[in-house]
Amino acid sequence: MFTGLDLTHSTDIETDHKTVELALKQLRGHISEKAFTGDTMLLNMGPQHPSTHGVLRLLLELDGESVVSCLPDIGYLHTGIEKNMEAKTYEKALVMTDRIDYLNNLGNNLAYALAIEKLVGLDVPPRAQTIRVIIAELQRIASHLVWLATHILDLGATSVMLYCFRDREHILDMFEMISGQRMMGSYIRPGGLWRDLRPEFIPALRKFLRYMPRKLDDYHRLLDNNPFFIDRTKGIGVIPSQIAINWSISGPLLRGSGVNFDIRKAQPYSGYDQFEFDVPVGQNGDVYDRYLIRMEEMRQSLRIIEQALERLPGGPVRSDNRKFVPPPRAELGTSMEAVIHHFKLWTEGFVAPEGEVYVRVESPRGELGVYLVGDGTSKPYRVHFRTPSFWNLQSLEWMVPGYMLSDLVAIIGSVDFTLGDCDR
Amino acid sequence: MEPMAIANTLKEAFPQGVQDILEYRGEVTVVVRREALVEVAQLCRDDEDLQFNYLSDLAGVDYYPAEPRFAVNYVLFSLRLGHSIRLKAYAPGDDPVLPTLTGVWAGANWPEREIFDMFGVSFKGHANMRRILMPFDWTGHPHRKDYPLGYEEVQFSFNYERVQRQKPHPKE
Repeated sequence: MFTGLDLTHSTDIETDHKTVELALKQLRGHISEKAFTGDTMLLNMGPQHPSTHGVLRLLLELDGESVVSCLPDIGYLHTGIEKNMEAKTYEKALVMTDRIDYLNNLGNNLAYALAIEKLVGLDVPPRAQTIRVIIAELQRIASHLVWLATHILDLGATSVMLYCFRDREHILDMFEMISGQRMMGSYIRPGGLWRDLRPEFIPALRKFLRYMPRKLDDYHRLLDNNPFFIDRTKGIGVIPSQIAINWSISGPLLRGSGVNFDIRKAQPYSGYDQFEFDVPVGQNGDVYDRYLIRMEEMRQSLRIIEQALERLPGGPVRSDNRKFVPPPRAELGTSMEAVIHHFKLWTEGFVAPEGEVYVRVESPRGELGVYLVGDGTSKPYRVHFRTPSFWNLQSLEWMVPGYMLSDLVAIIGSVDFTLGDCDR
Repeated sequence: MEPMAIANTLKEAFPQGVQDILEYRGEVTVVVRREALVEVAQLCRDDEDLQFNYLSDLAGVDYYPAEPRFAVNYVLFSLRLGHSIRLKAYAPGDDPVLPTLTGVWAGANWPEREIFDMFGVSFKGHANMRRILMPFDWTGHPHRKDYPLGYEEVQFSFNYERVQRQKPHPKE
């Protein structure tokens, strides 16, 4: 973090001057020389600012209203989740993954569960795989709805925000049906799912599938040809494709620049290769293209869910490998072995072999990777989350300069990061 | 290309630089000497058959108390050819320095800063080697294995006095 212009500790003016001088010295090389002569102005945006979508601080160098340089400062939401997970057993650490990206809770569960399954070599029944796909896509829609709500709110349209949160509520209701929680579900577990779908889930989902496309049409009608929206998004925040690749940008941001890269297609997981869907790709790499891509992604997600509902197989939703998955409650009364497995799994936990795996999934924001190191004990030796927000956010440094201060708000919205995902 | 074939290509190109080839669950890791890391990375990116143009992940690991203590894993992916490989470079505990790869993949910028912040492994040649997640005046590197996790001891009747003494109370 920058010591930059943090004057909260000083009491007298002389110390103030010293702190400023020290801070400016550190910034040399990162901001232009004009800032030192006073020709440009340094402005602190955030960490508490409505359009930074969390606690992101930007140190801006402004020439009038145009941005000369932009230095993002993150870490305000660092909670040491990776370190904490090292002190818990594999299954207990799962609940912490929900908290990483609070708009993609169950998607984080999925990535972590896939990593464990790869590390220990655990099977997942087909029914669980299909339900995982349904949930991951519902989560994508929910996350994109929040993106649309906040992005458009930043640009000045209040009503879209209300509509989007209304629609997202339907998805959260469905999550509550299956997991008992609206947000931190921890529903996807290593080896499958926590429990089977509740009977009321399928009718609710069918109703949602009929409801949502109409609403998406509404949003398109509201925004697509809206001159204010177009003025503020077309040709703003352009990323050329070569630069996007070199900076390891992922997700809709990368696809907006015309790179057709979706992990669901490139390295399919959870049976995504059996579904028919298109990956929308943009041409100009500007804010407007990213808007179109995310809107189309919601439609494609609905398509995937429809297919998944049609072919939803029966059978168990959790692996019956008792060395890793606890037995059903009913077995405990009749089987001594089940009691032993139950006791072992809920006290010591299961033991993973020595090895290192990297698993990645397509989160709503981009490539979500889990680097998992096992050391032959029941606790992960190291868990590292490659979070899309962290990698995408560094692009602000060179994406923003040259645009106006008001464009910055549109660009931040189009990157669609969550700071929980970024700082972990 | 198959991951093993990629690893062998790298081994042939750098018989000295490539220390070891590991495989686990179909994922191949090429252990690279830190002196040769930049050259290997450049070959990975520029070679016609490899074309690793996308740096997927950087993950640091602390193998304390083993030596060399720190390892940084570079997960590479080729958007054009669709294959991936992992490079691994070790840094000893008394000299935790690795060359920066920001010159090869610009996206390594923040992740390298994160590893410096969390493990204290600094990257030589990095333009902005400062803490990124922790406060600027923090001491220690939290992800090191000898860095305590820190927690509050549960207070029972038998240890009530001792825990009470250790608790930070406001001064008069």
